[in-house]
Amino acid sequence: MKYRAPTSIDEAVELLSAHPGAAVFAGATDLIPQIQGGRPEPSLVVDLKRIPETVRLESENGFWRVGAAIPAAALTAHAGLSAVFPGLVEGAGLIGSDQIQGRATLGGNLCNASPAADSVPPLVALGAEAIIVGPGGERSAPVSEVVIGPGATSLDRAEFITEFRIPSPSRWSSDAYQRFIPRTEMDIAVAGAAARIRVDSDGRCEEAAVVLAAVAPTVVEVSAASGILEGRLIPHDSGRDAFWDELEEAVVSCCNPIDDKRGTAEYRRKVAQVLARRTVVTAARRARETL
Amino acid sequence: MTTTRTGYKWVGTRPVRHDGLDKVTGRARFGADYATAGMLHGAVLRSPHPHARILSIDLTEAAAMPGVKAIITGADLPDLSDEFAAGSEGGINFRDLSRNILARDKVLYEGHPVAAVAAVTLRAAQQAAEVIEVEYEILPAVLSLEHAMEDDAPVLHDDLFTLGLDSEPDRPSNISRRRVIARGDLDAGWVEADVVVEREYTTKAVHQGYIEPHAVVAETGEDGRSTLWCSSQGHFAMRTYTTKVLGWEPGDMKVIPAEIGGGFGGKTTIYLEPLAALLSRRAGRAVKMVMTRSEVFRATGPTSGSVMRIKMGARRDGKLVAATAWMAYEAGAFPGSPIGPGVMTVLACYDIPNVLIEGYDVVLNKPKVAAYRAPGAPMAAFAAESVVDELAEKLDMDPIELRLRNAVTEGVRAVYGPKFRKIGFVETLEEARDHPHYAAPLGPWQGRGVASGFWFNFGGETTATVSINEDGTAVVMSGCPDIGGTRAALAQMAAEELGIDVHRIEPVVADTHSIGYNDMTGGSRVAFAVGIAVVDASRRLIKDMCARAALIWDVPAEEVEWVDGRAQSVTDAAAPLTLEELASGSANTGGPLSATVTVNPRGAGAGFSTQICDVEVDPDTGLVTVLRYTVVQDAGRAIHPDYVEGQMQGGAVQGIGWALNEEYIFDRNGVMENPGFLDYRMPVASDLPMIDTVIVEVPNPDHPYGVRGVGETGIIPPMAAVANAVYAATGKRMQDLPMSPVRVLEALSGD
Amino acid sequence: MLNGDEIDFLCNDYQTLLSALRDELGMIGTKEGCGTGDCGACSVILDGQLVCSCLVFAPEVDGRRVETIEGLAEVDHLHPLQDSFLEGAAFQCGVCTPGFLMAAKALLDRNPSPTETEVRYGVAGNLCRCTGYDKIVRSILDAAARMNEPENRKEAP
Repeated sequence: MKYRAPTSIDEAVELLSAHPGAAVFAGATDLIPQIQGGRPEPSLVVDLKRIPETVRLESENGFWRVGAAIPAAALTAHAGLSAVFPGLVEGAGLIGSDQIQGRATLGGNLCNASPAADSVPPLVALGAEAIIVGPGGERSAPVSEVVIGPGATSLDRAEFITEFRIPSPSRWSSDAYQRFIPRTEMDIAVAGAAARIRVDSDGRCEEAAVVLAAVAPTVVEVSAASGILEGRLIPHDSGRDAFWDELEEAVVSCCNPIDDKRGTAEYRRKVAQVLARRTVVTAARRARETL
Repeated sequence: MTTTRTGYKWVGTRPVRHDGLDKVTGRARFGADYATAGMLHGAVLRSPHPHARILSIDLTEAAAMPGVKAIITGADLPDLSDEFAAGSEGGINFRDLSRNILARDKVLYEGHPVAAVAAVTLRAAQQAAEVIEVEYEILPAVLSLEHAMEDDAPVLHDDLFTLGLDSEPDRPSNISRRRVIARGDLDAGWVEADVVVEREYTTKAVHQGYIEPHAVVAETGEDGRSTLWCSSQGHFAMRTYTTKVLGWEPGDMKVIPAEIGGGFGGKTTIYLEPLAALLSRRAGRAVKMVMTRSEVFRATGPTSGSVMRIKMGARRDGKLVAATAWMAYEAGAFPGSPIGPGVMTVLACYDIPNVLIEGYDVVLNKPKVAAYRAPGAPMAAFAAESVVDELAEKLDMDPIELRLRNAVTEGVRAVYGPKFRKIGFVETLEEARDHPHYAAPLGPWQGRGVASGFWFNFGGETTATVSINEDGTAVVMSGCPDIGGTRAALAQMAAEELGIDVHRIEPVVADTHSIGYNDMTGGSRVAFAVGIAVVDASRRLIKDMCARAALIWDVPAEEVEWVDGRAQSVTDAAAPLTLEELASGSANTGGPLSATVTVNPRGAGAGFSTQICDVEVDPDTGLVTVLRYTVVQDAGRAIHPDYVEGQMQGGAVQGIGWALNEEYIFDRNGVMENPGFLDYRMPVASDLPMIDTVIVEVPNPDHPYGVRGVGETGIIPPMAAVANAVYAATGKRMQDLPMSPVRVLEALSGD
Repeated sequence: MLNGDEIDFLCNDYQTLLSALRDELGMIGTKEGCGTGDCGACSVILDGQLVCSCLVFAPEVDGRRVETIEGLAEVDHLHPLQDSFLEGAAFQCGVCTPGFLMAAKALLDRNPSPTETEVRYGVAGNLCRCTGYDKIVRSILDAAARMNEPENRKEAP
């Protein structure tokens, strides 16, 4: 196995085009354990961290551009990002221990294509686009379309993601992410939920997005959520208003979980409902706080 | 001749440990930290199947790989007949041990070693191992106790006939042994009982979870003599076992103990050692072998999963009058679960007149179990102490009060046979009852549980040497690896005796060629047994030094006493002689100052612990959070209280992990699904509160300072304490471990 | 830069930083407990950021700054964390200790006055099987307190 660290997109694309057995990486927090676990070793690993576009973090023209190879620790330490996308930062901040945070990236978390990736539901809820480069040049795709199944992405072999473009939040909106794990750290989400809520001047929900992790082959958006929550005054604690039942039903109908070592399908359904409620409450509270 | 003291100067204090500096600077050398120039690296080919017949092994391609220097399979080890290792309580049969090191005709668990390769790099060895071709005939696997014990279950060993049955079995089975303890008249006992509780409990296999994987470097010379550097809980046993498996002579092997990165019982047996030694012999070069974490989980000893049915009856006044226990423990691929100590400890805390305990040792297609901290006792206590809690509730009695009314005390005959000597069980219960924790307020979805535990502790064969250097400093030499601070404790006892500063004493763990035989570091024995030897050796030295002072002063030896590190004339006829003076002049008084003592002490002093646990349960997710935890334990005498507390805290937290999340998970095909720290969920720092400790000191009359073993008892009560707390918080009795969120939420949504 | 020294070493591209430290440079203080980033025994500080050296390819550190346990003490005195760990009996077997010390150093560099909860999460990536964490957490809090005493306060590293 060879290691290369190209310093430009072109150089990286060239390397990938020339080496069919190559793999890109940024934090390597999934790649190395996978090789340790017996997955065939790539003939070449291409380190994306030295390409300037992959480590850029800035806000311009109604968008945030977040480099795909920025370590999570740098995202959680970024005051500006935390202020506008608290849910995304929560998701990124949950990817592993402090040690993992020093390495793991949004790009890697997405392209590892695990349904349990913590930063992906908030990216989807925020309507983020992935900027993808490859032999055919640059294209963009909604984050929700990058992963097509466990371990599988829609990217071509020589393509990789340089950055995410996230629409700056509209007025009076915010987001939140929560996951459930049996310990307090060092686990993969048994289920997770992100919510983005926009409220009107009265604090009523005007628009909502709820996205679930680890309850289906890919992260899944609860498309009915916006309709259910629209016009509601979402309370500080998730009381027993009837719309919660509707939301929970909508959540369950999106779930297609499996039984595995981390939890049962039944458990995942139940906890997804709990987390959806909790993140909606948190996102709504945060949105109202911007009023 | 003797020292008179009003209090101790070193015993009971908290000096910085002698090996501490090396461990905070990265200089300490653990098993994997040894290397020799030009050494080879070894890798193991392991079975992908839990149960299969090996039809053929083709080494041709592997042997031809570049850099490969030697390959061995089961055919390269001698076949041994049944013979049990001394002191292993039937846990180690050399015949089975050999077959666990390298499979012969059958593989018996996923991860069972089939071949081992030595090559110039680890990568080359791994790649060669991968291309060894093994043809298997897959056999049906047995993965649960229930299945294994069925009459028509597939049988792992054709020659395994159950021992201990009323009639001799006529065909082989997976039950290797039945153990029974009975006393009194059960029928009469049940008649007397006003309340009876009967429940079934299950626990899963759990791993010791030491952070340091098994590692060894072996160098075998052309003359067949070899040296092993390895981390273990007993280098003498490593030598005995390794040479036995190889058919070599123990005297031809020197084992040098590395620092050991945790053992908890799991490093009391061999895995890589004979492979590395034999590969080294074949290749003519040193061979290093280090397990991956996945190998550690898949192929080294967890402790048993279990099924237990307990029934206990009490009179209205709280007196326990009858109890039965039916217990089955997983042994893994070969016989030898800790069912023996399981049946002996399950009811040992209480004085119950009418008892029947029945235990089964059962083989199945999982890794062979190894000792784990108080082997066999924690799961038994989970069951028994849960029943006691339920009885207390039915009797409307405080659970500590119920225990106090039945607690064993000095002179009571233990359910497993002997009479208890001086013990401190009642004292732990009283301390727990009077602790502020026991009366602290609780909030909604919070609950408190208590549980107790008993462990025998162990003495064992021991050699220790105390030598005085010419500057009056001392070396305390033992042959027991120091897992958790025993070097400091031994130095403290020597310092107390010799009357010198503890940091003028260097405690060392000597190799097999430098000191006489020592049993393993296990059974919580080191501070007790090695302590006795060190104290005795120190006293012999003092006697010797007093005699030498008498010689110098030309007075009768009886007129010299040892005070504060100096020989002193009782008649004040001469100025005292310091240790330094006696040491530097020793050439003129009979030669070097050194004493070696060997002992095999009895009276290790039973240990008891009572623990209090507060939990909060999230009713939406089933998550159990431990809010507060207190461990009360009788240490006899805490030589170094920091490390006594450390044993109590560490044991309790391992028990909390066992209670809440740890378990071996196998897929349908018998392949372990969670052989890593990500999904084998041991507690992390953020899962836990501080662990309060109360050291009870009821001195053990059989140790010069009153020491009882403290290493193991702490892990026994936690699972029941947590389960009882979960009940108090939720009204649900959790009878199956682990109490994972999935299980707790299921219980909460049931009925 | 390794512990402040400019060094060169040869390694294979597939080697991890952990392997390079231990096998090529003889820096055995950094331990391997799992090889998959789940135990923290191999923690080192890379350009100021705590990482598991088992999850870093060795060639990645070309031109970067690596701090290991071997560089924690000064010539004539220990780091306050090392003193606290010694005095607070924060380890039993000691194999996880280098990783804990590096994680704790990274935590205190970033947050000089952590709460107990912050300490617990700060070392949640480090497994200890011996101590139950109690004495480790206390020792880190103790070291923070010592480092915050006016006479011990140093300019930020």
